[in-house]
Amino acid sequence: MSVTATRAVGSALGRIEGPAKVTGAAKYAGEQDDIQDVAYVWPVQSTIAKGRIRHIDDAPIRDRPQVLAVLTPDNAPHLQPLADAELAVLQTRNVAYRGQIVAAVVAQTLETAREAAEQLQIEYDEEAHDVELTQDHQSLYKPEHVNPSFPTDTEQGEVDHALATAAFSVDHTYETPALHNNPMEPHATLAIWHGDELTLYDSNQGAYSVQQTLAQLFDLDPAAVHVMSQHVGGGFGSKGTARVNAVLAAMSARLVRRPVKLALHRHHQFAVVGYRTPTIQRIKLGADADGRLTAISHDVVEQTSTLMEFAEQTAIATRIMYAAPNRRTTHRLARLDMPTPRWMRAPGECPGMYALESAMDELAIECDLDPLELRIRNEPARDPESGKPWSSRSLVECLRDGADRFGWAGRDPRPAVRYDGSWLVGTGVAASTYPAYAGPATAAARAERDGTFVVRITASDIGTGARTALTQIAADALRVGTDVVRVDIGDSAFGQANIAGGSMGTASWGWAVTKACTELREEVGRHGEIPVDGIEVHADTSAEIEARTGYKFQGFGAQFAEARVNVDTGEVRVPRLLGVFGVGRVINSRTARSQLIGGMTMGLSMALHEEGVLDPAFGDYVNHDLAEYHVASCADVTDIAAHWVDEQDDHVNPMGSKGIGEIGIVGTAAAVANAVHHATGVRVRDLPIRLDKLLGRLPTRTG
Amino acid sequence: MKAFQFSRADSAAGAVRSVAANPRAMFLGGGTNLVDLMKLGVERPDELVDITRLPFDRVHLDADGTVRIGANVRNSDLAAHPAVRTGLPVLSQALLAGASGQLRNMATVGGNLLQRTRCVYFQDVTKPCNKRRPGSGCPARTGQHRNLAVLGGSETCIATHPSDMAVALAALGAQVAVTGPDGDRGIPLEELHRLPGELPDQDTTLRHGELITGVAVPALPFAERSAYRKVRDRASYAFAVASVAAALDVHDGLVRDVRLAFGAVAPKPWRAHIAEDALRGRPATAAGFRAAVEAELAAAVALRDNGFKIPLISNITVGLLQDLAGARS
Repeated sequence: MSVTATRAVGSALGRIEGPAKVTGAAKYAGEQDDIQDVAYVWPVQSTIAKGRIRHIDDAPIRDRPQVLAVLTPDNAPHLQPLADAELAVLQTRNVAYRGQIVAAVVAQTLETAREAAEQLQIEYDEEAHDVELTQDHQSLYKPEHVNPSFPTDTEQGEVDHALATAAFSVDHTYETPALHNNPMEPHATLAIWHGDELTLYDSNQGAYSVQQTLAQLFDLDPAAVHVMSQHVGGGFGSKGTARVNAVLAAMSARLVRRPVKLALHRHHQFAVVGYRTPTIQRIKLGADADGRLTAISHDVVEQTSTLMEFAEQTAIATRIMYAAPNRRTTHRLARLDMPTPRWMRAPGECPGMYALESAMDELAIECDLDPLELRIRNEPARDPESGKPWSSRSLVECLRDGADRFGWAGRDPRPAVRYDGSWLVGTGVAASTYPAYAGPATAAARAERDGTFVVRITASDIGTGARTALTQIAADALRVGTDVVRVDIGDSAFGQANIAGGSMGTASWGWAVTKACTELREEVGRHGEIPVDGIEVHADTSAEIEARTGYKFQGFGAQFAEARVNVDTGEVRVPRLLGVFGVGRVINSRTARSQLIGGMTMGLSMALHEEGVLDPAFGDYVNHDLAEYHVASCADVTDIAAHWVDEQDDHVNPMGSKGIGEIGIVGTAAAVANAVHHATGVRVRDLPIRLDKLLGRLPTRTG
Repeated sequence: MKAFQFSRADSAAGAVRSVAANPRAMFLGGGTNLVDLMKLGVERPDELVDITRLPFDRVHLDADGTVRIGANVRNSDLAAHPAVRTGLPVLSQALLAGASGQLRNMATVGGNLLQRTRCVYFQDVTKPCNKRRPGSGCPARTGQHRNLAVLGGSETCIATHPSDMAVALAALGAQVAVTGPDGDRGIPLEELHRLPGELPDQDTTLRHGELITGVAVPALPFAERSAYRKVRDRASYAFAVASVAAALDVHDGLVRDVRLAFGAVAPKPWRAHIAEDALRGRPATAAGFRAAVEAELAAAVALRDNGFKIPLISNITVGLLQDLAGARS
């Protein structure tokens, strides 16, 4: 595979839509103010966790001025059943979790819809619910596979024997709480019907995917559904596929025969758009006298709903990180009366690597080895799982480069010995990893007579800078400057393309854009002169993606954290966070840095702050707003830096790039937890590391 | 949100008349808490009377050293006022430890005092809450109560008062000026907020239609040596899990006078009289500070998840008093 000669790629081109965003000219899904006669729908959520609706009394509200319709399971339009049972909005009187949408009110104003919805009287036949995940939950079962299609369990060698005979071993259980994606822009949709044709302005990570799903739900030809998503204010996985907002807006618009808008409230986002499952993970590691791993075992317990299965692939990174002859991973799910967990930034790798990289730190202490050295000693020459060669793997370079930049050399391994006034100080390291996926996509490239070029692809820019990166890729493939290239995205009319997810957006779309633009350049060359109606070529990368085998494609990185813990209060501060990543060729150094430090910030937030707090009596996450569900504030993130090593990968894709949207969040929480241990001698094995988990376990100050 | 009447008062007497005449009317200050609660359906007034144009927007330093603060002074302006910064650093620090810059620019002194608890059950109208719906029950006792009260709670309610500013004002012995249908009166800040007892829905001793017009902080020269320490779950923009306001006057190694109040541990700003009494005239030592705070906390009652607040408040109080005594750098 040849790598395109680069000019724009690698530069720090500013976001093309940046000025439109900061001036407010960029229109998000809920901001289509040129659409007239818009009505508003407000969802009503169940107040029980399990049972059945006995009666809905809409008499007090249905005749109110401005109320246009009250949707209930009794009058909602029929939807075709799909595998994603969360989308079967108002199709049954059964209630599967607290917060599930059980009715909705459509009105001429948002305020009227909301007030009426809150007055709707619903009676339930309530049943006892089961909402608490435990390591030995009676409903635990082995799913067919884990997301999206990985084996549920893997086993090589004699794990138990190797552990029993290991020179050094650790055996610990780590827990992560429910985490909520909370993109800045809530899930929002404006739905408009023209006869049997549906137009959606929708906040999502893939307009093509939403188009296909809505067509299936409403039994329409996909061509009759048009989804537009020009600007999207974040998703972190929670907009990866169509969500209830699109369905409810479309249902409502059909019923009241006018455009209907729905922007979910922050409260709704804690129940109906997905979240990261809590996990309980037992890790056992065995090593020989030299610190070479002899056994790795990772057993995961997590939850799904009673509506459908979502099996987070929590242990998959453990399968490929380190060399060891004896290895075992398992996943078990509890079916709870809770909302269905879904993807959240690095599903699988993110919680899994918190556990594995914490256990590696604990093993390093057992072996009396520097945690960097322990990782370097266990570097596998090939993918331990498949035996395939790596297309590239730079973990060791990242660890060494990061250690130099961070000032790791000479680190005193003793915990709880460094004071700065009332603060104990420590440092920690952890590895990061994320697969370098790519999916098939279609793209069109067009040369205009005036010397400009237009590329069309159903890519999504959810704030990552995808539009900008694709413009750079297109310009280089066309061998022109970025100023004569326009890339149009976020429109299902542009054809099939995968979502902005799995860190595969730029790789997949960039591949199709490269192919289309390369072919266009050749076509233009053949023509000599561009005709009045331009030249357009279409590309589809299905064959290239199909042929992409023979290697394990994976990005790696290393993260270093400094933690300070107040001995009087248990307060934790992370004054320094530094990551070095091996992610192939970086397309745009500015947006890439932003992606990486964004991921690391979210990882820091996971380490110290984020937790969906379950109230078992009600069966919901009670801290369902951003005042109570804490994410890191600016003051929590002081000195944060992301770097990358020069990694050339001629196998991964034509750009030589690996995805960077998720790897930044992987390993951060372990690096912070390891630093907290180094500072205090206290190992917190259940996130987040809050002050009350440290207070009372800290050393008594002597200085 | 329920529809409501809105009017803008041009006199305090007119504002009081309007609200007193309608049992479902409320005064509107900066709106940073009330409007949120209206969106949540927790507060459902029929009528809002905007009092932000009333002339209670000045900070005045009297000749005797009393600092008079208008009820409409914005939190940011109060925190920045030179008389507050130099004479009452504890108040300035408490204000700046609260909320965010944007909120402090809107929030008024009167509104800050009257903000309501952040207990998650109080804020969720789909759940029982004795403060919101008397007699409906308190799910917090067995549910999520990590940030609720260890002092002053009752069987019916363990909500905490969320203000930082009020903790400093409690320590400073502030007096709240009120005007109402029956004329003007003053209320010691300590008596403005009440403990829940059997009436958890009643946060304060104000009567319906009474309007806070200002707060007076009596002269307290040694408050130049005062400070606020707030512990929260992130570095900024979070309510306290424990806080302490303190002013300390040490002479010849002995505590000549002290003011101490705790935040986020009780349904009201908790003036620590027991600790103050135990400190006055005693040596200003860490052991003395610790013993005094522990005497104050002897009445503390911990539930499953909030017991950590007891050693936490003790540690930060001892640390802060040591700092004020110059005992640690």
